Amino acid sequence: MADSGGPEAAQLSSNDPKGELGDVIPEEARSLLRKMEISVAEAEKRTGKNAVNMLETYTVYLIETRRVDSSAENQNFSPDSLWRRYSEFELLRNYLLVTYPFVIVPPLPEKRAEFVWHKLSADNMDPDFVERRRIGLENFLLRVASHPILSNDKIFYDFLTEENGWKEEVMETGFQPKADSRLKALNATFRVKNPDKRFTELKHYSDELQSVTSQLLRVRARVADRLYGVYKVHGNYGRVFSEWSAIEREMGDGLQSAGHHMDAYAASIDDILEEEENYADQLKEYLFYAEALKAVCRKHELLQYELETAAQDLMSKKQQREELASGTVRTFSLKGMTSKLFGQETPEQREAKMRVLEEQIQEGEELLQEKKTECDEYVRNAWSDMERFTVQKDRDLREAMISYAVMQISMCKKGIQVWTNAKECFSKM
Amino acid sequence: MKIPVDTVMYGFDECHSFVSAANQCTCASSVLLAKYVANSPYFSMCFDDAWITAGQFLPHSLGFRCLLHRTFQQYSFPLTTSLQAPACMAFIHSYQDLSLPNGTPAGTSSPGSSSSLLNRLQLDDDLDGETHDLFVSVDDPKKHVSTMETYITYRVTTKTSRTEFDLPEYSLRRRYQDFDWLRNKLEESQPTHLIPPLPEKFVMKGVVDRFSEEFVETRRKALDKFLKRVADHPVLSFNENFNVFLTAKDLNSYKKQGLTLLTKMGESVKYVTGGYKLRARPLEFAAMGDYLDIFTQKLGTIDRIAQRIIKEESEYLVELREYSPVYSSWAGCEGELQKPLEGVSSCVSSSSSALEELTEDMSEDFLPVLREYVLYIESMKNVLKKRDQVQAEYEAKLEAVVLRKDEKSGVPADVEKCQDRVECFNADLKADWDRWQNNKRQDFRQLLTGMADRNIQYYEKCLAAWESIIPLLQEKPDIKSETD
Repeated sequence: MADSGGPEAAQLSSNDPKGELGDVIPEEARSLLRKMEISVAEAEKRTGKNAVNMLETYTVYLIETRRVDSSAENQNFSPDSLWRRYSEFELLRNYLLVTYPFVIVPPLPEKRAEFVWHKLSADNMDPDFVERRRIGLENFLLRVASHPILSNDKIFYDFLTEENGWKEEVMETGFQPKADSRLKALNATFRVKNPDKRFTELKHYSDELQSVTSQLLRVRARVADRLYGVYKVHGNYGRVFSEWSAIEREMGDGLQSAGHHMDAYAASIDDILEEEENYADQLKEYLFYAEALKAVCRKHELLQYELETAAQDLMSKKQQREELASGTVRTFSLKGMTSKLFGQETPEQREAKMRVLEEQIQEGEELLQEKKTECDEYVRNAWSDMERFTVQKDRDLREAMISYAVMQISMCKKGIQVWTNAKECFSKM
Repeated sequence: MKIPVDTVMYGFDECHSFVSAANQCTCASSVLLAKYVANSPYFSMCFDDAWITAGQFLPHSLGFRCLLHRTFQQYSFPLTTSLQAPACMAFIHSYQDLSLPNGTPAGTSSPGSSSSLLNRLQLDDDLDGETHDLFVSVDDPKKHVSTMETYITYRVTTKTSRTEFDLPEYSLRRRYQDFDWLRNKLEESQPTHLIPPLPEKFVMKGVVDRFSEEFVETRRKALDKFLKRVADHPVLSFNENFNVFLTAKDLNSYKKQGLTLLTKMGESVKYVTGGYKLRARPLEFAAMGDYLDIFTQKLGTIDRIAQRIIKEESEYLVELREYSPVYSSWAGCEGELQKPLEGVSSCVSSSSSALEELTEDMSEDFLPVLREYVLYIESMKNVLKKRDQVQAEYEAKLEAVVLRKDEKSGVPADVEKCQDRVECFNADLKADWDRWQNNKRQDFRQLLTGMADRNIQYYEKCLAAWESIIPLLQEKPDIKSETD
C-alpha cells in the first residue's frame, strides 16, 4: 500500500530533483502555458447592484490571455481579455476542489488582509492591498495553468476565455450538491480503523505547517511594526538637529545635514517594509496551501472510512449468512426470541432470506471492490500530486528565503550608508 | 606656540598688538592672559588704586596669581615709563600683598614658579589647542562595607609636571562625598567661574541600585569627566582645593578646616546675591541665556528621542527573540528546507544579539552624556545668574550715587570696586563660555559620531550574518529526494 502511488510519483520528483521550473511542469501542462500567456493585468473598482438590489463596491480584475503558437511564430494573436470578480475566482477554485479532490489545489490570495502590522491598511479597497491581491490572483492562475491535471480542465480554460455564460456552465456541472456533501463530510468526524500512515503523517505535517506559518506571519507582522517604530523615531532626530543647528555656529552645518540623513533613514523603512510584504504573501500562500493539504487528507480519510464501512457491512452480511446456513443463533437476539415464540421459519422463507443475503453480499463485494479501487486510485493520484507539491514548495520557499535574505542585506547596506553619511556630517562639526 | 615676548616689551601702548598676537597663539593660558589684557579693566585701572581692588578680587587662584606675576615681571619696567609711579607701586604692592598672606602652600610662589610657568606656557600645544600639564583619571571603583555604611571609592590618579605638586604622580581613593566637597569648595572659591557638574546624587535609596555595576560605571565615567574638566581649566586647575583633593592623604582634616580667606571671598559674593534685581542683562549675556534655554530644550528632546529609540529597539528585540525560534521549529518539520530555515533562524538570532549590544551601548554611553550636559547647562545658568547679581548690585549702588550726586562729585571707591567686580566676572564668564562652547562642540562631535559608529557596527554585524547564509540558501538540494 505504502508505495502504491510510487512509480508515477517517483518519476515526477526524481526525474529532476534539481527542479528547474520547466522540468517540474509535466509535458501536457507546459503545453497550456506554451499555448497561452496568462496574466492579471489590472484591477478596477466598480459599483453595482447585488442580488438583493443593494449598491456595493467591488473590485474586478482584468485577465489577459494571449495565444502563442510555437508552430507558427509569426501569427501573433492579439490578447483576449475579460474581467472577473474575486468571487468568480472563488467559484473556480471551489469547482476545482470538488472535481479534483486528490489535487492540492492552489490557494487564492486572502480575501481580507490578515497578519497586518498597524501601518498597513486592512481595507479591502486599499490600493496596495488590491495590487498585492492582483499579483496573488495572477499567481493562482499560473499555478493552476501549470498543474498537470488542473491545467487541462475545460471550466478553467473557459474561465480564462469565455466572458459570458461561464457561471452557468459551472453550475451545469452539478458540482454544487457535491460541494455541499463534501463540506458536510469534511466537517463530520469519524474514526478510521486502519489509517494510511503516510496520510496520517501528511495530515500531521499540514497541521504543523499551518500553525508554524501562521505563527511566523504573526510574529513577522509584530517585528515589522517594531522595526517601523525604530526607524520612524529616528526621524525625530531630523527635526531636532535642524532646530538645534539654528543656534549653533560651527556645528550648525554638520547638524543640519546630519538631520537630513536622519530624515532619509526614517523614510527608507517604508520601501523596506513594503517589499517585505511580498515575503509575507509568499508565506501566506503556503499557510493556505496547508489548508488544501488538509482537505486532501480529509478526503482520503473519508474514502478510507467508506471502504472500511463497506468491508464491515460485508462482514456482518457474511456472518448472517453463516448463521442462517448453520441454523444456529450464536447470540441472544430478538430474532431468536421470535423464532422461539412463533416457531421456526419455513424452509421457503429461509431460502428467500438466503437469496437476499447472497445478493446483498454480492453487492457488498462489488461495492468493497469499487471502494477499494477508488481509494487506491485516490491514494495514487493524491500521492503523486503530493510529491509534485513537495518539490514546488521546497523550491518556492527556498527562493522566498533567498529573497528575504537579499532584502535584509539591502536594508543593512542602506543602514550602513545612511549612518556613514551622518557620521561624516557629525565629524565635521 | 610661544607668546612673542618681543612685542610685549614695547610697553603698554603696544598692549594691543600683544593682544592680537596672543590671540593668534592657541595656548589657552596665554589667550586667557591676553583676554585679561584685552578687556583691559585691569590695565587701565593701573592708573589708580583700582588695581588693588582688581588684585584682591581676581587672584584667588594660584594660576592667575602666577599670570599676574609674570605680567608684572614682563610689564613693570617698560610700563613704569608710561605709568605714574605711585599707581605702579600700588600694583606691585597689591601683588605682594596677595601672594603672601594667603598662605597657600604653592602660593608662596617664589619668582621661580613664574619662570616655570613661563616654561609651561611654552609647552607644545595639544591638538585641541590646549596645553596639558595635569592629567587626572578616575578608575577602579571599589565597594567598602562597614558597619556604619556601604560606599564606593574610586581611584584618582594624577600625573603632572606642575611644580605646585610635590610629586609628579599621585594615586588616591576618593568617594562621591569627596568629589562633592571639592565641587562645593570650587564653587565657593571661584564664584565667577563655571564649575563642571557632578553626576546626580540619587539620595533616595531604593530608587536606583547605587551598587549595581552599571550605576557605578556610569558614575565613574561622569566623575572622570568632572575631574578632567577641572584639570584642563586654566584657573580651576590651580585651585588649592583641587590640589588638596588630588594629593592629600587625609582629606577629612581639610574638610573640617574653617573659613579661609578664599571662602570669605566666596561669602562676599554670596552676600552680594541679596535683594538686587538686574534691570536688563547686557545683550551678550542675554544671548548666552537664550542660547542655554534653547539648548536645554533641544537636549531634552534629544534625550527623549534617544530613550524612545531604546524603548522601541528593546521591543523590537523582544519580537526578534520570538521570531528566530519560529524558524527553527519550522525547520524541525521540514526535510529539504531544514537547513535553510535553520540558517534564517540563526541569522535572526545574530541580528538580535547585535541589536542588544547596540541598545546597551546607547543606554550606557549616550544617555548619561546627554544628562551630564543638562547639569552642565544648569551650572552655566547659575554662573550667569551670579553675574547678573553682581551687576545688579553695582547698578543699584551707582544709582544711589547718582541720586546723591549734587553733594559730592566723584564716584566712591566701593562702587568702583563693584564695577571692577562686574568687569572681572564678565571676563571670566566669557572665557569660560568660550571654553564651554569648545568643549561642547568636541563632546557632541564625539558623542554623535559614536552613535553613528555603533549603528554602523550593528548593521555590519547583521549584514555579515545575512550574507553568510546566502550560499547555504542557494545550495541545490542533494539527490536526497531519490533515496526517499
